[in-house]
Amino acid sequence: MSRFAMVIDTRRCVGCHDCVVACKTENGVPEGYCRDWITEEVHGAFPTVQLEIRSERCNHCDNPPCVSCCPTGASHVHERGGVVLVTHDKCIGCKACLAACPYDARFIHPDGYADKCTFCIHRVEKGLDPACVSVCPTHCMHFGDIDDPQSEVSLLLHSRPHHVLIPDAGTKPCIFYLT
Amino acid sequence: MSCEERVGSSDLHHSAGPTGSLKYRKKRVATVMNLSRRRFLQISAGTVAGLSAVDLTRRVVSAAGKDAQSGLKRIPTFCNVCFWQCGAIASVRDGKLWKIEGHPRDPLSRGRLCPRGSGGIDAHTDPDRLRTPLIRVSERGEEKWKAVTWDEALSFIAEKMQKIKAEYGPESVAAFIHGLGGKFFKHTLRAYGTDNIAAPSFAQCRGPRDVGFTLTYGDDAGSLERTDIENAQCLVLIGTHLGENMHNSQVQEFANAVGKGASIIVADPRFSVAASKARFYLPIKPGTDIALLLAWMNVIVGEKLYDKEYIDKYGFGFEQFVAEIQSYTPEWAYPETGIEPETIRATAREMARYRPATLIHPGRHASWYGDDAQRSRAIALLNALMGSWGRKGGLYVPASMELPDYPHPPYPPAGKATADNPNDRYPFADEVISTGIRDATISGKPYPVKGWLVYSTNLMYSLPNREETIRAIQQLDLLVVVDVLPSEIAGWADVVLPESNYLERYDDLHIEAFREPFITLRQPVVEPPDDQKPNWWIAKKLAEKLGLGAYYPWNDIEQYLDARLKGGGYSLEDLKREGVIVGKRPPIYFEDGAPAVFNTPSKKIEFYSTQLKQAGFDPVPRYTRPEPGPAGFYRLLFGRAPMHSFSRTQTNHLLMDLMSENAVWVNATEAARLGLKNGDYVRLRNQDGAVSDRIRVKATERIRPECVYMVHGFGHTSRELRFAFRKGASDSQLITRYKTDPLMGGTGVNVNFVTIETEA
Amino acid sequence: MIALTALTELTLSRHNPLVDPHLHIWEWQIPVYLFFGGLVAGLMIIAGVRLIALRPQQREALVCCTIGPLMGLAFLSLGMFTLFLDLSHRLYVWRLYTTFQITSPMSWGSWILLLVYPALSANALAHLPEAVPSLARRFPILVTVSDAILARVQWVVGIGVANVMVGIALGIYTGILLGTLGARPLWNSAILGPLFLFSGLSTATALLHGILVVTTPDEERPAFADFLLSALAQLTQARPLDKNIAPVLARADNSFLTIELTLIGLFLLGQMTSTGIHQQAASLLLTGPFAAVFWVFVIGLGILLPLVLQSLELNNRIRHTIAPVILVLFGGIALRFILVYAGQQSHWFQPLN
Ligand SMILES: Nc1nc2c(c(=O)[nH]1)N[C@H]1C(S)=C(S)[C@@H](COP(=O)(O)OP(=O)(O)OC[C@H]3O[C@@H](n4cnc5c(=O)[nH]c(N)nc54)[C@H](O)[C@@H]3O)O[C@H]1N2
Ligand SMILES: Nc1nc2c(c(=O)[nH]1)N[C@H]1C(S)=C(S)[C@@H](COP(=O)(O)OP(=O)(O)OC[C@H]3O[C@@H](n4cnc5c(=O)[nH]c(N)nc54)[C@H](O)[C@@H]3O)O[C@H]1N2
Ligand code: SF4
Ligand code: SF4
Ligand code: SF4
Ligand code: SF4
Ligand code: SF4
Ligand SMILES: [Mo]
Repeated sequence: MSRFAMVIDTRRCVGCHDCVVACKTENGVPEGYCRDWITEEVHGAFPTVQLEIRSERCNHCDNPPCVSCCPTGASHVHERGGVVLVTHDKCIGCKACLAACPYDARFIHPDGYADKCTFCIHRVEKGLDPACVSVCPTHCMHFGDIDDPQSEVSLLLHSRPHHVLIPDAGTKPCIFYLT
Repeated sequence: MSCEERVGSSDLHHSAGPTGSLKYRKKRVATVMNLSRRRFLQISAGTVAGLSAVDLTRRVVSAAGKDAQSGLKRIPTFCNVCFWQCGAIASVRDGKLWKIEGHPRDPLSRGRLCPRGSGGIDAHTDPDRLRTPLIRVSERGEEKWKAVTWDEALSFIAEKMQKIKAEYGPESVAAFIHGLGGKFFKHTLRAYGTDNIAAPSFAQCRGPRDVGFTLTYGDDAGSLERTDIENAQCLVLIGTHLGENMHNSQVQEFANAVGKGASIIVADPRFSVAASKARFYLPIKPGTDIALLLAWMNVIVGEKLYDKEYIDKYGFGFEQFVAEIQSYTPEWAYPETGIEPETIRATAREMARYRPATLIHPGRHASWYGDDAQRSRAIALLNALMGSWGRKGGLYVPASMELPDYPHPPYPPAGKATADNPNDRYPFADEVISTGIRDATISGKPYPVKGWLVYSTNLMYSLPNREETIRAIQQLDLLVVVDVLPSEIAGWADVVLPESNYLERYDDLHIEAFREPFITLRQPVVEPPDDQKPNWWIAKKLAEKLGLGAYYPWNDIEQYLDARLKGGGYSLEDLKREGVIVGKRPPIYFEDGAPAVFNTPSKKIEFYSTQLKQAGFDPVPRYTRPEPGPAGFYRLLFGRAPMHSFSRTQTNHLLMDLMSENAVWVNATEAARLGLKNGDYVRLRNQDGAVSDRIRVKATERIRPECVYMVHGFGHTSRELRFAFRKGASDSQLITRYKTDPLMGGTGVNVNFVTIETEA
Repeated sequence: MIALTALTELTLSRHNPLVDPHLHIWEWQIPVYLFFGGLVAGLMIIAGVRLIALRPQQREALVCCTIGPLMGLAFLSLGMFTLFLDLSHRLYVWRLYTTFQITSPMSWGSWILLLVYPALSANALAHLPEAVPSLARRFPILVTVSDAILARVQWVVGIGVANVMVGIALGIYTGILLGTLGARPLWNSAILGPLFLFSGLSTATALLHGILVVTTPDEERPAFADFLLSALAQLTQARPLDKNIAPVLARADNSFLTIELTLIGLFLLGQMTSTGIHQQAASLLLTGPFAAVFWVFVIGLGILLPLVLQSLELNNRIRHTIAPVILVLFGGIALRFILVYAGQQSHWFQPLN
């Protein structure tokens, strides 16, 4: 089995949004929409400030509420790597999955179906990195199989402290942020 | 940044007189077509050719290629959304531009573009583009035009230029030319007989820095800075906001330095992205950096933390410097800078701990407070104390390719000196001062300037004080603007010439000094959508209309490029497939054998500058307290957002989707006091009553309370920039004052103050 | 993760329509659908109970057993239509019925909705001939069907029980639908199921009460009748008139409203004693942007005032009017609107910026 995951180094990320542009061009994400985005979290008061910058997208959760709530099976877990995908012509646009995702990772595509990050499965199946990962000028994003203990992502997770987003929501996200 | 932004300074270094005087500023540049600025290491064409013949064929598939199945073409070229000019590969799918990615073998992009580069493709389909040549049919400033043919437009321009030449002489035509694409316009103008060719990249950008460094080392920090960021173990950023300032190679290296755990020290009144990566963040009071630098040097000298061996070997005037620096204790600097003496000491020691791999970044946009060349000199000196110039992790010794130029007749003999700097008022200016040309145009002194050709620079945004620019324009008999967009400056033009954009044209080769020498090619990826023409075509046709056809002894640019490449043992055909030729990396550190040559009068690193002394300036930098603003006002600071370039990307839908308007950063406590909430619209009013467009408030803990900050480039007033029109506000609108650097004429613009008015 | 000092700013560059700055995917269609769903659920339960309570030979169950179910069918269709309006990929709506997704309340719901039609229809048919005699004269088959049903106790009980069961399922489902969306802390409560059920019951009772009130001349409007007594009377009296049930309905409504109020109290109590995220969610209703609507329209006008009015009616202080009826109905709609809207704003990760 494989379990795809992203490991993103928040120490390197500068919030440049290149990952967002790359996703838009690669996947034809319509103007005004985005599958990935940048979050800036500021702690403290000037001048003792801390800033964490994160490139965020669908976490391809291991326990995805967006899949379990979907009435048609349009939202599903892909056979490879646990990637969470939407079959466009099964989706009725009920938006339950949008409401179910604690990360607000989904949106309704102008064509009506629920859309979100696909982990660029079309690239991954060709052996390429997802578009966002492949352009990042700071090389802060890593993609791979966390079920393989020798993969770069596994090694990074072993060697560096990390966190996931909203762990309390119980979704078991597969995007990890190195700190 | 291309060398073209440098207005020929490359050649000027060679011509620095035997005295090595900084006064190498030339009134005429002999070999503009020579793209090399390599001094220490001449890469002969032969050496690289050996490598290329075999390698090029082997690599063909990787760079350019066609995927038969999907109708996908991959065409190498290089980016132009900013001056860094990263090598790229554009993908065209079914005849449509799909995406653009970094060229894996390009030393600048290393296979990855910055967001602006990735989003650059939208410029091709931008519905706001200029489409056809236009001639004004009404008053200047009223945007009423008639569409004309290229022939009509160029005849009109040539006729006016001939008239100006006859009446006032060719020097009365000046030009503002920014970027590599301006190459051929400069050529046409030099053939015509003027050297009044300026760019905002000098007086409004890196000029003070380059002068400060040249005064110290006899050479500047480079455009493609020679900063060895990725090998630095300690990196000091004085305002340089890497990560927001998105010069690609530097950001990549910065991330590598962060990844390696380099010790980063950031001094900035704003908690920048870079600050968030720093071990030490110094929330400095704006305009007091010289005090901090002097205090650092005081500690380093006092505690003898400097590189003695290096200074003994390369330094000049160290004792005088030490004597000057005595009084600048951290305690002295504390009230000036707001930085605790202990922090100053700790950071000074931190720097010393890692020397010589301690890089105090020279910065780039240095024109801040009018004392900028001296601040840059202080930065240069601090680097010298660390022994980092010429060392690994410091400022390396770059190299570039050398290609012969396409032969052309000599330019007409030197006429009048350039108009920008009469009587060498700014004795250390080594490029043409844009604002000096503007002054001369307004005053008619030292001689009238009656024509402007503006290529790829939006003077309404790049020069301080728009009123003065408009006053100058009103003195003109001819204003030609070559642009891709109906920019604000184009709105004032008599003739607007629409250029095809960088994805649709050839430009001259990109050859610039870097770690390894390289050549990259820009070639058309797609066709221009309308009647836009490339700069080389326009400049050549204009030359022909002016009777200067002999200066263009080639028919089209491919012939020109091929000839140049052949001169180095390459061919255009190969480069069209490959996109980039990379030469062998020479030694770039002193310790590896890179030559330690200092082109100063003493041929050493000048801790004490006799040149400055002789010219009546401080031989060792001194600190003057910046003038405070009126009570209740905030100092206006500005900078970059990673997804925008100056004022040129606000009609790019892809990039605007990432940031569609700028915001004014106000300290959160200050905002609360003013009753402002995040997202509220306000207007800024400056000390002279200039009022900005409406702009949203970003109430944040990330800035000092006495200043506000905004991203440059927004608040467009040109109605034809439909997508950008009045989105956000413009810092340029509020920069009515500037303080001129007495050494070199740079315009320090962080001297404006604003109040915040809530928007009903 | 940086957590040494308090979070002071959170900025997201995302700006997806319907999602940012906070979720607003569901507009009036969903609360209206939930309202109709609850109303239909209530009508079913009442109809079911009434059908069983009435002996087969008793043929006057006009309001509860016939008008109620007929209206239920119409409301259900309206509700499903508003639900359909909400869908953004409508051409694919049939996909709901090519699959059953066991973990998806919405899939459950769409199948439950299908069961509502036969159950309500059967209930309506049982007494349709005497409810609408003209129709029966035109279509004698209706009489045959009605007679067939009423002839068999098992059928009557079966239909009644089916209506009660499906009604309960439907009522609870409308709450569960939101309650299972753990991503929205305000909704993340098991109480929403019963709350929506009882709110549905209260609106249904009020509606039926209202119909009785408007179809009964003023002077005939009943005076006081005790809930339990009259309920007993319904079971024992030989030929009770449906209009006599008005007080029963009013009394029942008061009970449902009281239960609803209790459930709201429990719901909020649960939220307030849970994690900070839930407290933040509850405060959207209690003190936040929705507080005015919540206190005035849901609690005040939607529950407390009708409770008082109906008590006065029951105490014979005032005549039965449709005022409390309208208030309860609006209260029911308001409750769903507020929960749908506030729920979408409640978040695990509230941007401060
Ligand atoms: N207030 C203020 N002033 C500043 C700065 C600041 O931050 N704030 N920054 C300073 C600095 S560091 C610099 S380097 C300068 C930059 O100053 P400029 O180089 O003037 O930068 P832009 O404002 O982007 O203007 C570029 C113009 O070129 C056009 N253009 C873009 N691509 C092409 C092309 O391929 N061909 C042609 N013909 N035209 C093209 C664009 O449409 C735009 O009108 O500004 C300086 N001035
Ligand atoms: N994305 C993007 N990147 C760019 C460009 C672009 O247009 N877009 N333009 C490129 C060009 S040409 C240039 S020149 C560079 C400019 O980029 P830099 O040289 O890095 O930036 P500056 O404009 O000098 O400085 C802006 C920073 O200085 C801080 N600052 C302001 N006043 C002071 C002060 O008194 N002291 C200190 N210590 N800090 C201060 C501000 O808070 C801000 O963080 O960016 C380059 N990179
Ligand atoms: S491209 Fe990389 S550095 Fe830039 S925002 Fe995305 S993850 Fe961060
Ligand atoms: S992040 Fe959201 S959309 Fe993605 S799998 Fe998790 S719950 Fe589903
Ligand atoms: S919107 Fe589409 S994918 Fe999402 S839950 Fe509904 S049917 Fe499934
Ligand atoms: S993995 Fe692909 S789809 Fe997902 S955010 Fe990255 S580029 Fe977009
Ligand atoms: S730094 Fe970015 S915008 Fe500038 S040339 Fe490189 S990719 Fe293009
Ligand atoms: Mo610049």
